[in-house]
Amino acid sequence: MSKDLRNPLARARGLGSAKEGVSHWMLQRVTALGLVFLTLWFIGTVLSILHADYATARATLAKPWNAVMLIALILTMYRHLTLGLQVVIEDYVHTRWLEVASLVIIKFIAVLAALTGVLAVLRVALGS
Amino acid sequence: MAEFTLPKNSKIQAGKHYPAKGAKNVRTFKVYRWTPDDGQNPRTDTYEVDLDTCGPMVLDALLKIKNEIDSTLSLRRSCREGICGSCAMNIDGTNTLACTKAIGDCGGGTVNIYPLPHMPVVKDLVPDLTHFYAQFASIKPWMRTQSPAPADKERLQSPEDRKKLDGLYECILCACCSTSCPSYWWNGDRYLGPAILLQAYRWIVDSRDEDTGSRLDDLEDPFKLYRCHTIMNCARTCPKGLNPAKAIAEIKKLIVQRRSA
Repeated sequence: MSKDLRNPLARARGLGSAKEGVSHWMLQRVTALGLVFLTLWFIGTVLSILHADYATARATLAKPWNAVMLIALILTMYRHLTLGLQVVIEDYVHTRWLEVASLVIIKFIAVLAALTGVLAVLRVALGS
Repeated sequence: MAEFTLPKNSKIQAGKHYPAKGAKNVRTFKVYRWTPDDGQNPRTDTYEVDLDTCGPMVLDALLKIKNEIDSTLSLRRSCREGICGSCAMNIDGTNTLACTKAIGDCGGGTVNIYPLPHMPVVKDLVPDLTHFYAQFASIKPWMRTQSPAPADKERLQSPEDRKKLDGLYECILCACCSTSCPSYWWNGDRYLGPAILLQAYRWIVDSRDEDTGSRLDDLEDPFKLYRCHTIMNCARTCPKGLNPAKAIAEIKKLIVQRRSA
């Protein structure tokens, strides 16, 4: 292995600042706050239909307010999930191509999963 | 991936044992040894030290070992009073300064002494801090101003503004905090680490500095700054009792403050 002849300062400065990161940081906290309320609502709703029959449970979820909250929960959860997973991958995956590939793949999966969830809620809410 | 096990040539082996003959008040020190010259793996040598003829601090014991038992032991030390930061090492499982850590304050039994974690080792307890110092230089740690210097006096600072530097100016750059930080272990090539970020905040919060915006610009980066996940090892280990994690949180707050929510 040849010795790195660059000045240590050149190595420390690297590619410089990306001048971003604050949006990620902020969004992670905002979605976390949202999830606190949405999760509490979700637990309450699930408890209320725990022993209900299928038709009642379905009718409860089909109410506009409940459907909206459920969609909000799904979207917020997957957004928060991708933000968190992104940090974990950036922390631990140091093979560049694998890092980029994982970051893209988790976003694809999260979008598909979120759309699937939203579609399911819409079908219940709109009754098809 | 991040490496969680040591490479083969870094695995630590058992080393020599140096008993203290005829001593009554004995404490055992297990010290990491590695030299680049002999191609051997690192080892831990065990030294028994007679505390009746030794000073109270871990540094006293290490110097006694070097002077009287094994002169091949290498370590950095200078001021022996916690102000130079040279003798930073991992003692009894925590990064601290050997000169201010009392032998009596180490947990019972053998005192384990290793170099600062996750840094390249030059020899024995001497880590290579080149990158750490280069990172410090990269934040341009000096007063940056736009206004011309007053002709006949220094730049003034109110006592209230001076107070904001308390808890920051005491940092001696011993690297105990940065080398205790898992985020710095895994991403130290890009993450600046707690010590350098505390130093950066020391200039950001200095009322006489006039380059705050560009300092924040330089720090706003997913790796330079946002690798801090408030693990808090830095605050726990700091031998000067400082809180780098708080300084990092303040930087994050300032970056939020200058944009819309």
